[in-house]
Amino acid sequence: MSGLRIEGLSKEFGGVHAVLDLSFEIRPGIVHSIIGPNGAGKTTLLNLLTGVYFASSGRISLDGRELTGLPTHAFAAAGIGRTFQNLQIFFNMSALENVMTGRHLRENCGLLAALMRTPRLVRAERDCRDRALELLRFVGLGGSADAAADSMPYGALKRLEIARALAGDPRILLLDEPAAGLNPTESMEIAGLIRKLSQAGTTVVLVEHNMRLVMDVSDHILVLDYGRKLSEGSAEQVRNDPRVIEAYLGAAEQPEQAHA
Amino acid sequence: MDGQWLQFLASGLTAGSIYALVALGFSIIFNASRVINFAQGEFVMIGGMSAVSLTATGMPMPVAIVGAVLIAGVVGLLLERFAVGRARKADVVTLIIITIGASIFLRGLAQLVWDKRIHALPPLTGDRPIEFFGATILPQSLWVIGVTVAIVAVLFWFFNRTLLGKAMLATSYNRMAAQLVGIEVRTVLFASFGLAAALGAIAGVLIAPITFTSYDTGIMLGLKGFAAAILGGLGSFPGAIVGGLLLGLLESLGAGYVSSAYKDVIAFVIILAVLFVRPDGILGALKSERV
Amino acid sequence: MSERDPAAPRWWAAPRTGGLATLALIIALTPFALANNYFYDVAILVGLNAIVCVGLNLLIGYAGQISLGHAGFFGLGAYGSALLASRYGMPPLAALAATTAAVALVALLVGRPILRLKGHYLAMATLGLGIIISIVLANEDGITGGPDGMPVPPLTVLGWTVQGEQVWYWVIGGCLLLAVWLALNLIESPTGRALRALHTSEVAAEVVGIDSARQKLKVFVISAVFAAIAGGLTAFYSGFITPEKASFMRSVELVTMVVFGGMASTFGAVVGAAVLTILPQALTVVKEYEMVVLGAIMMATMIFFPRGAVPTIGAWLARRSR
Repeated sequence: MSGLRIEGLSKEFGGVHAVLDLSFEIRPGIVHSIIGPNGAGKTTLLNLLTGVYFASSGRISLDGRELTGLPTHAFAAAGIGRTFQNLQIFFNMSALENVMTGRHLRENCGLLAALMRTPRLVRAERDCRDRALELLRFVGLGGSADAAADSMPYGALKRLEIARALAGDPRILLLDEPAAGLNPTESMEIAGLIRKLSQAGTTVVLVEHNMRLVMDVSDHILVLDYGRKLSEGSAEQVRNDPRVIEAYLGAAEQPEQAHA
Repeated sequence: MDGQWLQFLASGLTAGSIYALVALGFSIIFNASRVINFAQGEFVMIGGMSAVSLTATGMPMPVAIVGAVLIAGVVGLLLERFAVGRARKADVVTLIIITIGASIFLRGLAQLVWDKRIHALPPLTGDRPIEFFGATILPQSLWVIGVTVAIVAVLFWFFNRTLLGKAMLATSYNRMAAQLVGIEVRTVLFASFGLAAALGAIAGVLIAPITFTSYDTGIMLGLKGFAAAILGGLGSFPGAIVGGLLLGLLESLGAGYVSSAYKDVIAFVIILAVLFVRPDGILGALKSERV
Repeated sequence: MSERDPAAPRWWAAPRTGGLATLALIIALTPFALANNYFYDVAILVGLNAIVCVGLNLLIGYAGQISLGHAGFFGLGAYGSALLASRYGMPPLAALAATTAAVALVALLVGRPILRLKGHYLAMATLGLGIIISIVLANEDGITGGPDGMPVPPLTVLGWTVQGEQVWYWVIGGCLLLAVWLALNLIESPTGRALRALHTSEVAAEVVGIDSARQKLKVFVISAVFAAIAGGLTAFYSGFITPEKASFMRSVELVTMVVFGGMASTFGAVVGAAVLTILPQALTVVKEYEMVVLGAIMMATMIFFPRGAVPTIGAWLARRSR
């Protein structure tokens, strides 16, 4: 099973450390969350874990296989999928095509087959289409398959991105603020989705500000502050950690239990 | 044999000065609008051809020159107002096609207004070549180099001492910040096109007595001026000058010592070499893209 | 279990089948409108330009890149085929095939570094490349006949000489259909989606595993191949080839055709090629105005219909029918 190991990871932008000397492990099959105040380096970390940024130093490995320094698409090929905080939907396609594109790695019949439209390609396309429809239904967008992506509402697009990320059959799925901009009902739907995914065996890593969602679904939480690890542990442990309370959940005279 | 390299040096500096002026025009417009103005070369052509027409009507040379520069300046302003200005938010391909279209349009217009023949402009102070350590230099060449130096000095004063010049510099560094401090970016854009056109026209007037002028002299000059701008660093004013002079020298020396048939290729090989190796050019003025 | 998607268009409305059928019909019926050999010649020119444009449209419209030097590939295809067939006595089709393979190799080698550039830089690099090719073709007069060009032997296939405008019309018509079919297939394949994806968000494309550098290179080479084949066919058809065919102006014309017709529209590219090939012919009557009109069209199209004529008209018709 997949274990993502991060050792001494750092990223600097012109002298400013966005992430400094991070070491932690993402154990397979459970739901991890990464939380922290704004500017703590959460999205930078996500970009590092998906190969969008090159690390300044440190190592990232998946099941012992070194991923540090590889190009972005190699991270995807290793089984890491993600969604974006600021939606990166392919607006020039339909919802279905977006998800089908997510399946790119699972199907490549080759250039010649594509140009000639061989029967094998036609079959592969049909299978891809079926799987994409399945995923759309899974995230609750079954009726919008042929809708143009640029005509869909924000909440739907967030779920579309998840479907697209799932299309690649990732072992690890990183979600960057999936509940941002969603109302409480929609957030609960996302929580349900995350739980379904976890039950199906996908490792889910969540970057979130919505504490209710985080405390609700997480098996393990990592807290960042100024690019460093502040604390990590179960929801219960993190909630009661005085350093976390002071930096993020709200400073208190006594280490009270923070609002859930 | 001694005079040969001096000869190449002189012709290289002459051509280089022209390239520098054209490159400055490119950089000025690029800084203000992030647009690569493919019509820049046509300003050179318009300057030269207008001067030819005006002197033919009997006007004294200095007046004709001023007139030619004004005409080109107006064309530049019109180009910004009616073509580029309207599509400022468009993507790269669109903008490129617009300015290429403008360049073709201006060339076609020149063909109609004037003709397809080659015209000569009388030189500023006669055409008796000057002997100089074994090299023969045209007095016009000295004018070219001299006027370019003067213009560079004037531009230096303009950008550092006048309000409009400083506004243009500010806009090129950070458009948003410039707007926030009240700089009217539209005016800066407008002025940039006018200034770039004027510079091109001056180059055209200076070089016409040496290389003659016709309706299509703008193409190559524009492309080479662009190569010079890229060589020195697109958007950098000192870079435009360095790039221009360097290109002129490389062309001259290359034509003299290697192969004169491939003189024109040098500029384009330079474009490719710079873009592959160091896209920011020698004096690399561009800020890198923030992810 | 896969069901027929009820939302998918019926076969006659789908681009690949319906559009192709329409194009085939147009090609089949056009000769009735062609009064003499001159008109056939124009039609053939339209076809040849359209082949290049269909390939170029994959690069510009779908992948979102730009090339201001594609006439260079066209020229290489033309001269390569001409030289191999005349100087080295190769059978013309073999010459065409060999040249195309060589141009594909050149595109592969040059494409990698060039496609790392973006926007204006990419435009200028491709421009530089195209001009270098055209200057070399014009200067090496020992090999290429210089600026005056060189003659090209006719196209012979198994002893049969392809000659005469009417015969060539069907040859080019067939080639155009083939080119459009290949392009449409590519667009509706994973590669096509990958291209459209990286046009919109390169980062998201990479994140789903699309190697954007490799995809861009793929389509760059394909578009170069289309241009080279069109170049070779042009050489055999005209019996003569000049370096002007590889010039910067030609590259600009090709890009204008693609952009005018409509980016990301294969049939748009064909329409663009048709309109902008026929127009200068129609303007030959008033040749002096040709440049002014062309320049004005270029500016006006990009200012008022930046998406191109076909998509804009298509959208307008769609609105009217509601």
